[in-house]
Amino acid sequence: MSEKDLQKTQNTTAMERIRNVKTFVPRVDIYETKEALFLIVDMPGVDDKTVDVELEKNILTISGQVENGKVKDHTLVFSEYEVGDYERTFTLSDEIDREKIKATVRQGVLRLELPKAEKVKPKKIAIQAA
Amino acid sequence: MDYPAINVWEKNDSLIVTTELPGIDPEKIDISVTGSTLTLSGTSTADPIKEGENYLRQERELGSFQRNFQLPFQVDSKKIEARYEKGILQITLPRLKEDLPKKIKINS
Repeated sequence: MSEKDLQKTQNTTAMERIRNVKTFVPRVDIYETKEALFLIVDMPGVDDKTVDVELEKNILTISGQVENGKVKDHTLVFSEYEVGDYERTFTLSDEIDREKIKATVRQGVLRLELPKAEKVKPKKIAIQAA
Repeated sequence: MDYPAINVWEKNDSLIVTTELPGIDPEKIDISVTGSTLTLSGTSTADPIKEGENYLRQERELGSFQRNFQLPFQVDSKKIEARYEKGILQITLPRLKEDLPKKIKINS
């Protein structure tokens, strides 16, 4: 793992916010099954009330708001990481059944299940011997 | 830089260490203090995937980690508190009473 990978990446393409906070690109794992696409998004500091998932046509936008991350009545004396909002956008290639999208947030991790629409599920085509 | 990154906060005679460890089972986080050394270790595991399923992207930090920190004072190990919330671990480290600087009175 290179040094850069351990640091949070600032999202320079994100729309500017009214709140003067930095926006980071959350780290994501994506895996695919026959039925669905699964996204696991690391967003420490976010809970179910402060995370937002939007799907417009085939553009999936994940955003999360994080409270300043300060510890009350304490002063920061040493800092290795910064705290800010999260935003990341994906273009989905497959048709997604948007009615069945499931999202959960636990321990700062967002899990998204994007079920594939019936019509795009791969069909096995039987080949008949000539 | 090592994983996980930490921030250190100070107030009077105690320190608070915060670190972002999203999605870890709190049971698998190990915090120990010897004298003035804080050790943080743990393991995060990936979602088990079935055969025929494949990862298209893997960016998250997974596996085991360990970091040692030298603290500026001796810690009262009995009073250490740790909280894990929204993927953020917060450890409160109070300074040992015996280690506090002694105020010297000046006689005039």
